[in-house]
Amino acid sequence: MGGALNLNHLLFLGHGALWTIGLSVIALVGGGLAGFLVALGRVSPSRTLRLLAATYVQLIQGTPLLVIMFLSFFGLAAIGFNISPLAAAGASMTIFVAAYLGEIWRGCIEAVPRPQWEAAEGLALSRTQRMVKVILPQAIRIATPPTVGFMVQIIKNTSLASVVGFVELTRSGQIINNSMFEPFLIYSIIAVVYFSLCYPLSRLSRRLERTALQKKPALA
Amino acid sequence: MNISAIQSAPAAATAPVVAMRGVHKSFGPLKVLDGVSFEVARGEVTVLIGRSGSGKSTALRCIDRFETIDGGEIEVCGRRVDDARLDLRALRLDVGIVFQSYNLFPHLTIEENITLAPHAVKGVPKAEARALAAKVLAQVGLEEKLHAYPEQLSGGQQQRAAIARSLAMQPKVMLFDEVTSALDPELTGEVLKVIEALAADGMTMVMVTHEMGFARGIADQVVFMHKGKVHEAGPADILSSPSTPELAQFVGTGL
Repeated sequence: MGGALNLNHLLFLGHGALWTIGLSVIALVGGGLAGFLVALGRVSPSRTLRLLAATYVQLIQGTPLLVIMFLSFFGLAAIGFNISPLAAAGASMTIFVAAYLGEIWRGCIEAVPRPQWEAAEGLALSRTQRMVKVILPQAIRIATPPTVGFMVQIIKNTSLASVVGFVELTRSGQIINNSMFEPFLIYSIIAVVYFSLCYPLSRLSRRLERTALQKKPALA
Repeated sequence: MNISAIQSAPAAATAPVVAMRGVHKSFGPLKVLDGVSFEVARGEVTVLIGRSGSGKSTALRCIDRFETIDGGEIEVCGRRVDDARLDLRALRLDVGIVFQSYNLFPHLTIEENITLAPHAVKGVPKAEARALAAKVLAQVGLEEKLHAYPEQLSGGQQQRAAIARSLAMQPKVMLFDEVTSALDPELTGEVLKVIEALAADGMTMVMVTHEMGFARGIADQVVFMHKGKVHEAGPADILSSPSTPELAQFVGTGL
């Protein structure tokens, strides 16, 4: 490359942007699945499970994502596990997202009014039936706006995967900049791309929140 | 009441559906139930009355094991509710409960609210459960609301739907916990009418209510609770001629 910004540079950035989206999807799906288990653990009747899930959340929320990335890429390599930048970034994001989504969703499950549990209990539904048929459908409605909002955090945090050599949007910008030395231009372009990925999600989240407030069930 | 019919019936049929014997319950340092005893016979309506904080709602909730007790015995449909190994599912199949705040499931239509438990718990086939829903909704006068969502109904209609939901499980005894306290007088009337019809059909019921006129008309037994104890109990007549000053004062202010 080198020289002025040309189509090849833009294609390279586009490729990086696709990997930012790809890594975000991996983080959302992996972290979503694991986060769901964390949320269930947090509201479990079993003390051990509650403690385990709470410890996990505290541990991850108290650790910078950057350090988790370093640990899973350089740390694991040092003790003999060589994993690809994609695997390291995907695993780190999953671990990180699971803790936050788990905690967001725990709050949503607990936001379903207590009497809903009792009504379901009074109808002889088992705990699993109460959860699946009564509580979760209501919790999902409550959870949608904050979850969409959190996706913005996921997208922005994927930029940290650049430190383990994963070529997503930020890393591809660094690479181009290394050859062109036009940091203001390059990083401005990158900022615009991030913004155009995140802004629609923020808007959507806010709109969902408004409609959720309007349709609040009376005296649930 | 037909005395000879009761005397000739086998012992099991005359055993009380609900029996509380010396029940004690505290919330932390607060003693809520202090040796509560009463029995509910099959087909009879027992009304629990008393001031707020007298323990009547807690007593009712103990019957369905929404609260565990600290001492005494509770027997419901021949099952010891105070036994830690109690089969909760079996208890709740026998006991229906209706709450002050209706607690319909807001994400389900009225029909789905009603068919959920019969289908999921008792394995009633979907088509049969829907027929059952139509039947119980007709019983509470809401047949046209089958496909409505709870939020589209008035409070009185929601409460009637909640009663229908409980009826669909064909319980042996129904508990009503201040089911009209959130309703205005007109809506209260329509809910009480439904309960009266149930009583006329011979449903065994225990209810906590502040509707003294209603209690007088429907109760086979009135249990007046005061400071966690059964202060006075007897037929509905005790409301007109109370023998303790506390009940006299309560009825006086309640009217």
